[in-house]
Amino acid sequence: MDFAVFLVQCLNALQYGLLLFLVASGLTLIFGILGVINLAHGSFYMIGAYLAYALAPWAAEQFGGGFFTAIAIGIVLSVVFGYLLEWGFVSYLYQREHLQQVLMTYGLILVFEELRSILVGDDVHGVAPPAWLAGSVQLGSVMTYPTYRLFMSGVCVLVALGLYLVISRTRIGMAIRAGASNREMVQSLGVDIRLLYRIVFAAGVALAVFAGMIAAPVSSVYPGMGNQVLIISFVVVVIGGIGSVRGALLASLLVGLVDTFGKVLIPQTAGILVYVLMAAILLWRPEGLFRAG
Amino acid sequence: MPADAVTTSLAARATPLLAAVALLAIFPFVGGKFYIDLMVTTMILAIFALSLELLVGRTGLVSFGHAAFFGIAAYATALLSPQASAPSLAWLLPAAVVISALAALGIGALSLRTRGIYFIMVTLAFAQMAYFVFHDMAFAGGSDGRYLYVKPVLALGPYTLLDLDRPLTFYYSTLAAMVAVYALLAMLGRSRFGHALAGIKANEQRMRAAGFSTYPYKLAAFVLAGALAGVAGFLYAVKDGFVNPEILAWHQSGTVLLMLILGGIGSLRGAVLGAFLFVVLKELFQSEAVFGSFAKHWQLPLGLTIIACVALMPNGVTGLPAQLRRSRVPVPHAG
Repeated sequence: MDFAVFLVQCLNALQYGLLLFLVASGLTLIFGILGVINLAHGSFYMIGAYLAYALAPWAAEQFGGGFFTAIAIGIVLSVVFGYLLEWGFVSYLYQREHLQQVLMTYGLILVFEELRSILVGDDVHGVAPPAWLAGSVQLGSVMTYPTYRLFMSGVCVLVALGLYLVISRTRIGMAIRAGASNREMVQSLGVDIRLLYRIVFAAGVALAVFAGMIAAPVSSVYPGMGNQVLIISFVVVVIGGIGSVRGALLASLLVGLVDTFGKVLIPQTAGILVYVLMAAILLWRPEGLFRAG
Repeated sequence: MPADAVTTSLAARATPLLAAVALLAIFPFVGGKFYIDLMVTTMILAIFALSLELLVGRTGLVSFGHAAFFGIAAYATALLSPQASAPSLAWLLPAAVVISALAALGIGALSLRTRGIYFIMVTLAFAQMAYFVFHDMAFAGGSDGRYLYVKPVLALGPYTLLDLDRPLTFYYSTLAAMVAVYALLAMLGRSRFGHALAGIKANEQRMRAAGFSTYPYKLAAFVLAGALAGVAGFLYAVKDGFVNPEILAWHQSGTVLLMLILGGIGSLRGAVLGAFLFVVLKELFQSEAVFGSFAKHWQLPLGLTIIACVALMPNGVTGLPAQLRRSRVPVPHAG
């Protein structure tokens, strides 16, 4: 493997890892703070990708601008959707056992998938990146790299930074950190826990939807795309430790690296390497790398 | 409790079970070919559900990866069978079951280092890993799967005792397997081992404080559940004569959990009843006679049914009478 190929694979690993982080960070916060195991989280990613596919032409027609307008609208919609879903569905899961949470959110996946099938159909669709990002960047003398992928990684880094600032520097971030380590204590200290739950859930949904939307031009849009991401996000959460955003970031990058280089170096075992990584981490640290609380 | 009271309650409990077995035994004489076939599938799923009940209902371990052991045994059955001659049931079934038990030993040893939400996610992830092993590796035939060309027989010298190629023989073999698994789990529930599992479910901390090392018990339950799921997987492979990665997919793990909660967690009857209910629901939602062209979206009503069932009757069908009694009678003051 020469240096240019190595560099390209590193960029791919980074981009995949950062994208996973957007989905897994919401998942780990929802686990850590709401105490809910949400299997439908992958569906939000799927919904995001389909939103990008459906909204981009419409947004271009209405407002011009296309892709980015679609993303802006998608984020607003997803926050509203997440808020309503917490109010109408997820809030009924808090007092239930894990098994019941698993089954009810599993039922939700089936509902989302079939609604998607009814509304959009089962075909695979491509989504075009905005024209000014459609080209590629020269790497070394022979290799090129798609500009959009670089842009995507950059956006993910910005989102991760923003998330870090919100969690470490703001009042609500303080409540979130406290909530991840001791829910009952936060409640008894007078934080409006219901509002906190609703905000965290809506933010988690928005992150996953956003990840789906920006991933759409790269991965295309296809049925069942959420499930793949969901299970890998579980692996990320297990490795990183429940409730830990820092752990999720580290674990996402690790999973991105192992998966990308696994596909290049040992293609036969590409699908299972990530799980082998998880098994190894479990042997070493059953609670994950960073456990909140 | 006096001894005769125990026997009467035992007789009272055994009567409906014996009646159910008798009904299943005469079913092939009244049902058509399609329904006999469907009943075999249902009984195989019931064995699968029973094996998971040992983990979820008895031990309190929610595994979301149980399809792995079902699928591993099914693949072992298809891969170990010779292409041209009939394999012997005498070694093929034990081989498939031992392989799935070994897989359960490995996955269980790692997964049981975690608990709660972690355990659910880790079992799901390991099952997905098993899925990719069969999906990506060349020996398993990729996403096309593998065929089982000749069905196993049980022969003693020149006499063929059981030929699983014959539909009726297969029907009664499956019924016998289901009854055997049920009986085994029922006996296990009364044993010292079963009581230890019940103790772990009720309060693991306390069991450990009482000097029980709970990990070996949980691992033993996990391996036994994997082995019994292997019995179901073996029967599944023989029935269809075909395996593909979809039988290890995580939807399969979700489906079997759904059967448990439909029937009612914590009872063997519930597991069997849940499998029957699931097949009835699936056939209903997939029926074009009832739903017309909407039948291809059968997972939508199924998903809504899951949500409604868990929300409205968390104790399943077997828990429904008690639940209704509780809601009718005004609740007395606690104390």
